[in-house]
Amino acid sequence: MNYFVIVDVTLRPGIADPEGATIERALPALGFSGVSNVKAGKSFRMSVDAVSEEAALEKATALAERLLSNPVIEDAVARLGESVSP
Amino acid sequence: MKRVGVVVFPGSNCEYDAATAMTTLGIEVELVWHSTTDLSHFDGVILPGGFAHGDYLRPGALARFSPVMDAVQRFADAGGPVLGICNGFQVLTEAGLLPGALQKNVGLTFLCQPTTLVVTSNNSVLTAGATIGEELVIPINHFSGSYTCDDETLDRLLDNGQVVLRYKDNPNGSRDDIAGLANERGNVVGLMPHPERAMSTLLGSADGRVLLESFVAAHVAA
Repeated sequence: MNYFVIVDVTLRPGIADPEGATIERALPALGFSGVSNVKAGKSFRMSVDAVSEEAALEKATALAERLLSNPVIEDAVARLGESVSP
Repeated sequence: MKRVGVVVFPGSNCEYDAATAMTTLGIEVELVWHSTTDLSHFDGVILPGGFAHGDYLRPGALARFSPVMDAVQRFADAGGPVLGICNGFQVLTEAGLLPGALQKNVGLTFLCQPTTLVVTSNNSVLTAGATIGEELVIPINHFSGSYTCDDETLDRLLDNGQVVLRYKDNPNGSRDDIAGLANERGNVVGLMPHPERAMSTLLGSADGRVLLESFVAAHVAA
């Protein structure tokens, strides 16, 4: 089977996020109020051949921990997506 | 030290600066492509600045999987002196040869300017010949130079004298003003500033010399 997997990479709690902070500071000037805790991160999308959903997520999690994220500063979470990447 | 290898990744751009600095100090130098798998004929190895593999994903994230990095690991494990400058420092942290990580500068701007560094430890091949407290003017040239690590790592670095250089005026938000650090053994060193670009007063500063002279004076441990 082929599964569509999304990997979200976010900074670990306590790690400085100057991009998120800068975006948050820009929001009031654009008329958006009441938005806080803005965090910047990365999202990766991929098609994974695997025998099951669990196996697809396991493979995506392994590659996310090895390559897509730096475990010193980032967390990576893999989840199944609904659509197939064009 | 007689002979130094300067590793060239696709996207490195300071390999000639590093090589010229070595030649200036009377050291034989060879540029080695990142597909090289044997560095055993060198007395020292430099990972130069630049944008290895385009800095895609994260600086150093792809470079750490270049074939040469296994050889760098073996060279370092054998006690060989390894120096990572700027992007080379980022590669060493991604590869786990040095602890912590380098993030985007706090101001989110690319910084290209002279900085004043303070020597804070002699416990490395790069600073063995410098004086603790000595101030050195050396340029930085980076977007992701903000050093970070967890509390436990920082305590260990400080206890072992592994923080070898600090910024006098922190330009990028680095934790504890860290500009350069070494592994526990002191033979692997990384720093964001460019000592190879501070080799002549005619070009602004010769303060990089004391560091690179230390590096080339280091001998390979048995």
